[in-house]
Amino acid sequence: MASHHSQKRLISPLARARGLGSAKKGASHWWAERVSSVALVPLTLWFVWSVVHLTGADQAAVRGWLSRPAAAILMSLFIVSTFYHLALGLQVVIEDYVHREGVKVTALLLIKGLIILTAAAALFTVLRVALGS
Amino acid sequence: MPEAAPPPRSRPISPFLFPPTGTYRWQLTSALSILNRVTGVALGVGTLLLTWWLLALLGEPSDFAAVQDFLGSIIGRLLLLGWTWALFFHLLAGIRHLVWDTGHGFELKNVYRSGWTVVVLSVVLTVATWSAGYYFR
Repeated sequence: MASHHSQKRLISPLARARGLGSAKKGASHWWAERVSSVALVPLTLWFVWSVVHLTGADQAAVRGWLSRPAAAILMSLFIVSTFYHLALGLQVVIEDYVHREGVKVTALLLIKGLIILTAAAALFTVLRVALGS
Repeated sequence: MPEAAPPPRSRPISPFLFPPTGTYRWQLTSALSILNRVTGVALGVGTLLLTWWLLALLGEPSDFAAVQDFLGSIIGRLLLLGWTWALFFHLLAGIRHLVWDTGHGFELKNVYRSGWTVVVLSVVLTVATWSAGYYFR
């Protein structure tokens, strides 16, 4: 029995349960995924609306659009929210399907590293265009 | 009284799904659940395209034109069409999940109603977006 086991270990069942689970901190991860998804609803609709208007636009037109404060601010928020939400989501996917600890940790590090690198590149582009080179 | 530890058992992984033997009957609920995950991963791949498009803004005008030409090609358009649908599906399925998180909409009838709403609306919004794209071109 679990209770029998925990009593022998001189550790309360709550303390034993804390920190367990694949992510080690499931509740905060779950909340962060929800909060980022709520932010992404209006940001995504704005992004789709903007891209539709930019259909077939040349570089000067897109740079002109992105250099406007509203577009630069919303695009920055869209990029940060998207990559944050993506990192949280892909973490769960990997934790669900990869069960060997070494492979799992390696995959998580690689995916999160790639996401941070891509997010930094995207964000830098927006700032460079918006603030001028 | 000490108990002997149970022998370790290998964890069964979706025994009725893989290999597909026909034992498992697909339902809308499970299909939309895995589709939400698949579209999420696909959109993650799509962020690479978005970043490539943005980085081309810092290059020569011809660099950006090359990206736009690829996106305007048949392959580019098919990819963008797929990503547009994936984006709307993931967005709508995500809103469905947010409603569930409030504890509402779990009645079987409502689960199917919201599920079909997500499917139909994702297609409608994709068609509307592409119609608008061709209109503004």
